[in-house]
Amino acid sequence: MSLKRIDLLICCGSGCISSGALKIKDQFHNVLQAKGLTNEINIIETGCMGPCDYGPVLVVYPEGIFYKKVTPDDVEEIVNEHFLKGRPVKRLMLQDEEEKTFITQKEIPFYQKQVKVALANCGYIDPESIEEYIATGGYEALGTVLTTLTPQQTIDIIKKSGLRGRGGGGFPTHLKWQMVHDNPAEEKYFICNGDEGDPGAFMDRSLLEGDPHRVLEGMMIAAYAIGAKTGYFYIRAEYPLAIKRIKLAIAKAKEAGLTGNNIFGSDFSFEAEVRTGAGAFVCGEETALMQSIEGQRGNPTPKPPYPAVRGLYKKPTVVNNVETLGNIPSIILQGADWFASMGTENSKGTKVFALTGDIRNTGLVEVPMGITLRELIFDVGGGMIGDHKFKAVQLGGPSGGCLTTQHLDVPIDYESLKERGAMMGSGGVIVMNEEKCMVNVAKFFMDFCVDESCGKCSPCKIGLRQMQEVLKRIESGYGKEGDIEELQRLGETIAKLSLCGLGQTAPNPVLSTIRYFRDEYEAHIRDKSCANKVCADLMHYEIDKNKCIGCSLCSRKCPVSCISGSREEKYTINQLPCIKCGTCMDVCPVKAISKIPGMHPDVQLKREAEKLQQQNQEE
Amino acid sequence: MIKEICQKYAPHKDNLIQILHDIQDQDPQHYISPEAVDTVAEYLKIPANHIYGVLTFYTMYSTKPRGKNIIRLCESPPCYLKGSDNILRKLKILLGINVGETTKDGIFTLEFTACLGVCGNAPVMMINDDVYGDLTEEKVEDIIAKIRGRK
Repeated sequence: MSLKRIDLLICCGSGCISSGALKIKDQFHNVLQAKGLTNEINIIETGCMGPCDYGPVLVVYPEGIFYKKVTPDDVEEIVNEHFLKGRPVKRLMLQDEEEKTFITQKEIPFYQKQVKVALANCGYIDPESIEEYIATGGYEALGTVLTTLTPQQTIDIIKKSGLRGRGGGGFPTHLKWQMVHDNPAEEKYFICNGDEGDPGAFMDRSLLEGDPHRVLEGMMIAAYAIGAKTGYFYIRAEYPLAIKRIKLAIAKAKEAGLTGNNIFGSDFSFEAEVRTGAGAFVCGEETALMQSIEGQRGNPTPKPPYPAVRGLYKKPTVVNNVETLGNIPSIILQGADWFASMGTENSKGTKVFALTGDIRNTGLVEVPMGITLRELIFDVGGGMIGDHKFKAVQLGGPSGGCLTTQHLDVPIDYESLKERGAMMGSGGVIVMNEEKCMVNVAKFFMDFCVDESCGKCSPCKIGLRQMQEVLKRIESGYGKEGDIEELQRLGETIAKLSLCGLGQTAPNPVLSTIRYFRDEYEAHIRDKSCANKVCADLMHYEIDKNKCIGCSLCSRKCPVSCISGSREEKYTINQLPCIKCGTCMDVCPVKAISKIPGMHPDVQLKREAEKLQQQNQEE
Repeated sequence: MIKEICQKYAPHKDNLIQILHDIQDQDPQHYISPEAVDTVAEYLKIPANHIYGVLTFYTMYSTKPRGKNIIRLCESPPCYLKGSDNILRKLKILLGINVGETTKDGIFTLEFTACLGVCGNAPVMMINDDVYGDLTEEKVEDIIAKIRGRK
């Protein structure tokens, strides 16, 4: 391999691919070929670099110059100006509002507060090359463990590091390992849970795509510690690239003799296999996941017995999350004390978060535990898009809860979030601005949970549907006094009685929004008004006659023909048949049409008449 | 053909999910036919009703023939917050079908999917194995036209 003067790193995570990274890569190949530069410039496809919103992104080494939102048309200019003449292209660099230009990746505020442990190689190496992983110290931790440590010593290191499960629950990793280690059974299994179903979380995908060998190495260290000879990666079928990369990593490791018999000359033998899901959120729950690996419907089973006692194929099993495993090689190499020096008293190390929603820098970040929400959202995430205000953040997906402005200075760790009705979950951070209606958001999460409930236990199967009905009622203007209490009562019952984590946590979004945004629920029920004009039945459209020019465009485009008028008299909306599709507002050339909060009086009167009629009939 | 796919796997029940994936991927209409179920049942020596139980549990399998290209629009909250409902409206108009239906020419099937994990570029959709992000109504029009042109 000859040395090349420039390394061009192109982010080829799913995010950047979705915004066209592969076209950029092809274009670079073409241009470099045409100019005869292939011997001088090395094109490397890396995993996710983090700032998905700037995608497709490139970093050019040795300087580490960062380019954002590159299009195929920019490629020629980068090659001519930067690669040939040594003049980096300023217009493709990141600029802030004060027009300050950030030249290198390190200078960018997005990276300033980040500490990369699990993501150390993500966006830095070619995930399809085992050599690059080894060059960054890869498989050294495995070698150290297999040749110098006993399984118990390995578990002790993890215990001392304070590592807790990164998938949601935050269960101490060493405890799971210890239980299975102490079990005298001959056959044991290790499972890596890559069924990342939480909407808004994509750290496991990024890690599997960007540094698959790290996860494999973490799995092998864990398998040695508990005495398992077989490991399964269970990855959801929605992640085809992650599946491809981990399969390739396993094949390359086998080729290099890093899996198989007597690894590193020790007594330890290990084989890894990949199993894929087929679209079922509940399979992220460990007992359901094991059912799925066994070729069954993914129905959870009651715990106890815990997987550590009776797991896959009825043998003792440890199930660890992808990100948890990604931390293990670093803990072994850099020491438990180093890892424990980061974070808070009970939550050590770093955590990867996926920033999504109405936030400026959407993407993947890794920060020390204990960072505040304010730092995460405003410093790392760059704050809200446009002039919008921060309203709430949903942490931990549909199992988590909402937090608001009053919680911005709370340090993020497992306990502090739980106390406030949210949870770490897998680390999805969905940021919402002041235009969002919390009742609508809560109902959206409830719809998700109703869809994904496996139907095995009644509290989840029937109870969630009851909650959904009440929410539907509130959202469509039929809410009544006592509905909020009904939701709380149902939510608490479901949380207590459900069989698995899905049902136990599904009421959280509703309960936490009631806790912090009760006034919005009350306005929906009592005033029949959605202040944010999101819930269609609790808002209406109106034409401002002073602005209307009588062009009739709205009337002609209205799908239910409920707008009438003339050039002289201007136009009005007949509120009763209106379906609130918003077409009129979109097409109005003079912006005379606007949304008004609250149910229109005509509609209210009609509903009251209907109600009376119904009552009369019943009598 | 179904038999050949089965034989790539050992006749153990736990290979069922992978076998079903392979059958569906290789079928030109991306579905699992009753005949295929019978063949798999025979190969794995399990009752066909067990296979139907699994088939209908997981949302990615289909027992109905589908189009050549399967469009899966993400229905998760981050995409919803970024306006996936507008994209859905556009797709329905462009294709003239509802979610769960296939166009008459058999080129497209429109479906919802759980989170694709590309939330940084919401709203997103996946067509076959390719993910398209930062969708706008114009972009969707473009993508559909390109695929239509390919045939």
